[in-house]
This record gives sequence, structure tokens and C-alpha cells, in this order.
Amino acid sequence: MGHNYKSKYENPVVNWIDTRLPIFWLVDTAVGAGHPTPKNLNYWWNFGSLAGLCLVVQLITGIVLAMHYTPHADMAFASVEHIMRDVNYGWLIRYIHANGASMFFIVVFIHIFRGLYYGSYKAPRELLWMLGVTILLLMMATAFMGYVLPWGQMSFWGATVITNLFSAIPYVGDSIVTLLWGGFSVDNPTLARFFSLHYLLPFVITGTVILHIWALNMPGSNNPSGIDVKGPADTIPFHPYYTIKDLFGIAVFLAFFSAFIFFMPNALGHPDNYIPADPLATPSHIVPEWYFLPFYAILRAVPDKLLGVVAMFGSIAVLFVLPWLDTSKVRSATFRPVYKWFFWIFVVVNFGLGWCGQADTDRVLIPLGTDKTAVAENIAARLEPASRAELLANVPSDMEVMKKYAERAGMSDLAFDRLVDAELISFQVVHLSQILTAWYFFHFLVLLPLLGYFEKTRPLPESLSSPIAADAMPAE
Amino acid sequence: MSVETQVVDEPEVNRRDFIHIATGAMFAVGGAMVAWPFIDQMNPSADVRALATIEVDLSALEPGMGMKAMYRGKPLFVRRRTEAELAELKDVSISELRDPQEDTARVVEGKEEFLVILGVCTHLGCVPLGTAVGEKRGDYNGWYCPCHGSHYDVSGRIRKGPAPKNLEVPFYEYITDTTIKVGQEV
Repeated sequence: MGHNYKSKYENPVVNWIDTRLPIFWLVDTAVGAGHPTPKNLNYWWNFGSLAGLCLVVQLITGIVLAMHYTPHADMAFASVEHIMRDVNYGWLIRYIHANGASMFFIVVFIHIFRGLYYGSYKAPRELLWMLGVTILLLMMATAFMGYVLPWGQMSFWGATVITNLFSAIPYVGDSIVTLLWGGFSVDNPTLARFFSLHYLLPFVITGTVILHIWALNMPGSNNPSGIDVKGPADTIPFHPYYTIKDLFGIAVFLAFFSAFIFFMPNALGHPDNYIPADPLATPSHIVPEWYFLPFYAILRAVPDKLLGVVAMFGSIAVLFVLPWLDTSKVRSATFRPVYKWFFWIFVVVNFGLGWCGQADTDRVLIPLGTDKTAVAENIAARLEPASRAELLANVPSDMEVMKKYAERAGMSDLAFDRLVDAELISFQVVHLSQILTAWYFFHFLVLLPLLGYFEKTRPLPESLSSPIAADAMPAE
Repeated sequence: MSVETQVVDEPEVNRRDFIHIATGAMFAVGGAMVAWPFIDQMNPSADVRALATIEVDLSALEPGMGMKAMYRGKPLFVRRRTEAELAELKDVSISELRDPQEDTARVVEGKEEFLVILGVCTHLGCVPLGTAVGEKRGDYNGWYCPCHGSHYDVSGRIRKGPAPKNLEVPFYEYITDTTIKVGQEV
């Protein structure tokens, strides 16, 4: 295109408009018959259009909810109940919006893992991928601020905890948190700005999505074989082939979505958020929404406040540089026998992190008994030098013998029991989180750079239209 | 499959046409079903509908007195008219009125003393004066709109000025001898 573009459409009205503003050309080449698409896309490629659908659903329901919602600390909770009870179909629209956020994340996570499996982030699609990660970040910010708006207990304390993350920043952390709050705690000014930004960010997401699709259209879609399209024989027009396939996916997805809306609308939420926000009492078990759990687990895995926050943001930042971390020239895991395994391990690690994110960090997974040396040292400190040396030289494995030393040291039974409890060793959720977090970063920072050099990939097919010549198949 | 068998097997309206039409019909029905909640949410909500009717106690009104109430976000005027005012109304020639209407058509039979009207000028929606004590009542001893000078008579009918219609009489009914229920539930 460029100067002197002359529309090819036969309809004179369409032609007249298209010559002046090539909007028909744009749609046709982006998602229409004029967009050649690899002919071998499988159902994992449905999740891009599903994500687009989710964005539209969230926008429409959100705009409607804003007509009835009151962004004020004294009225927000009641206005949400007003939506649920008084507004015509308000319950339906709010449940679509609340569950729609979860659906959006389900779809986007699958979309991302599809990209990871088939190497969709590799050249020439690096910017496409980075725009996608940007969308993920924007979605997380939007979802977080949206969750604050009902002004229930989880809203309030979620807002408190997440904004306090920024207090980890050295020197200026507290000032930044005060700035975010617009006060000395999460309160009405915080709610008002969160509402404003929650309304704004979806449009920023929409803009980024347009860039994402634009960047997609330059090289075109990746495909399950991960090889470049060689010619017209490798492609079919997006419309009607993939529009109809996407529509089928949308029908299946809407059935899944509707099951939540109509039969378990609060399954993914927390009952505590139906208690109005109370700045004087934190809920006993506070967890973020499910889609933040893996990141929350990474945050809690690190015992240092600042480093925990760095690790959490790092877990997303690492995705930005993924195209340069993966050194393999082969895109699709179909032809990467080793990466394929590590991919699935990585999937399990993420589910594991998600599980850790909702569990109490000090929950005991595997009890490992008592640290007897530590108990002995504690008792020895109270003994006279001779007995002390004897105890430390030969730490008894029998706790009854240990107790005798304790009695000799003048310890009561109660004090002894307390000492033993304090020195219990166990494998806890926090330890599992640490292992999984380490693996998460190991996968990106060590494994992917090295695999490119050591992995023996399978032979790639000639082209999409002459797939896998028999002699190219590896001997199984 | 050869071209010939295709021609033989496919009637003029074929299965593909049916699928296309059925799909389009499903889309239309589904679209309408989805659209309806999103349109209907803009209609008055249950808390607004709950205020669609009000009850007004008229027992404190003495002849010559007026009162105001809030009805659906607008002022409601009630005036208990005197015998002299009612007698005066009988002399008005209906044909001379801009919006011809008998006074009896604007009140409940047997309760002719009580006039119940909306206090919204039919010109451009201002609230006419004349209900509270000391307010200007206009040339016809009824109501006077300060915005553009419309004069209404004791029956709330337009007599002079730019307003085109008489002051509106809302739907109401007597639920006791001295209490009216204004409006209909929606």
C-alpha cells in the first residue's frame, strides 16, 4: 500500500470508501479472506481469538457496571449489592464480568503456554511476543484494581498487601506507597484512582492488542511445525477457514464460561469479599485471586522483602527477554525431544507454584524429625563443663536420654517440650516454593540457553504441504 | 465425485443453504438474547421502581390550603379549593380555553374540593408558584410560572402565557377517605 492506493472492491460504495480509508482492506488482510494462514494450525491456536473475545466481554460488561457502581469508600460495597439485587440483570452482568476476568486469564495463560511450546516468541516474532507480555502485565494491573472496587475485605487487604510491595524499594519505598494511596492507608482516594485506572487500562490493553495483531500480521502466524510458510500451497485463507474454526472454539468456550456464570458464579472468588472492608481487621487467610497465585508463591519463597518483590517482577521480566534466552534454532517442541520434556516439567512447576501460593507457607509437607544437635547444644549451655563436653561429644539419638540431661540441667518438662518443638525440622510449603521458584528461573536462565547447544533436534519437514518425508523421520 | 453427480444430487436449495440459514438464525436469536439484558439494565432498577407510587395524607388540608409532595422526582401539588372557587370555576366557558377540559374531568367525583396535579409547567418544565402561602398565584388565582409567565387557574388549566397544556393530573386513587395513592406500580 502507500500513495495512489486504488481499492480492488467491485461494490462502488465499498470501493469509494476503501480508496480513501482502506478499512475494508485492513480487515480483509488482518482477519479476512485476504490473510493467508498456515493450513496446519491446531486448536491451541484458537486462544488468540478467545482472548480477544474476553477483552470485548470485559469492556462491554465493565462499561455497563460503571453505570451503576459508586466509587466511594462509603458506598462502593452497597452499590455492588445494588447491582446484584436491584439493577435489571445486574447479577448476570456482574457475574459475567467477575468470572470473565478468570476466563480471560485461563485463555491468556493457555495462549502463552502455546507460544512457549511451539516457539512462537522466536525470530521474527520477538516484538509480537513482547507486546503479548505487556498485555499480560496490563491485564494483571487491571484485574488487581478491579478486584479492589467491590470494597470487601479481600479487596481492601489485597490492595493493602499489593501496594505495600512497593515499600520494598530502598529509600523512596514508603513515599511511593503514600503516593499510590493518596493518604496514610488504603482509603477513599485509593479507591477513586483505582476505579479511574481500572476504566482506563482496558483501552490501553485494546491499543496494545491492535499492535499485537499488527505485529502478528507481518510474519503471519507461527504453526505447530514451527517452520516458515514457503508458498501459497502452505496456506489457506483466514476467512472462512479459521473464522469458522474460531467460532466453534468460541461456542465451546462460552459453554465453559456459562457453567461458571450460571452454576458456580462464586467458585473462583473468596467469601470474605462479601464482608465490607474493615481497616481494623485482616481476614485470617488472605490469598490473591487464583491467577496471581504462582507469582504470589514466588514472592513468598524469598525470605528477603526486597528480593521477594524483585523475584516476583523478575518472573515476568524474564519473559520479555525469552526470545534471546532460547538459543535453539528450531521453534516447535515437536522437533525438540529434550525441550518437550522440560516444557511439561515447567507446566507442572507453574501449577505447583499456584498450589503453593494458596497454601500457608509454614504448612508442614514432610516432617523430618528433631534437630538433635541443636537441642543438645541448647541443653549443654546450661550444664556444668564436664557434662557439657560429654553431651556434645556424644549427642544421644534417644530423646529419653536427652531428657535426662535436661533434668540434670534443671529444665522443667514443659521447657524441654518447648525446646524440642522449636527444633522440629520439616519440609514446608515455603521450601517447596523455593525449589519451584529456583526451577522457574533455572528453566529460563540456564536450561533454555544451554539446550540450544546440546539438544539434538529432529529433522524438520520440507514444508507444510509436503510434511515429514518418510526418510526424514527419525528412527524411533 | 464428478461434476455430473453433484448436479444430480444437489437440489436448488441444498443442505449447505440450510446450514447457513440455520447458523444465521441461531446468531440472530443468540444475539438478541445477549443484547436484551444489556439494554434492560438501563431501565429503572428495582429500588427506583419501588418509589413509583406514593401515598399522600390529605386530612390536614383545610379549604384554601395547598401542599406539596415529591412524586417520581417531581413536585406534586394538592390544593383543597373553597366553595367560592368551585362556584367561580362553573362560570368558565370551556370553549375559550386553550386546552379545553372540564374541571370535573380533573378531579375525582365526590372529592371535587381536592385538586391533585403535577407541579411541572407544560411550557418548559419549571415549577409554578402558588401552592405555598404567600406565593404569587397569577391572574386566575391558581398558579403562576415565574420562568416565562404562564398563568393557570384554580383547576390548573392554562389561561394565559406560553404554556400549551393544562397542568398534568397524575393517576391517583383514594385508598381511604382522606388518603390518596398516586401513580401505578411498574
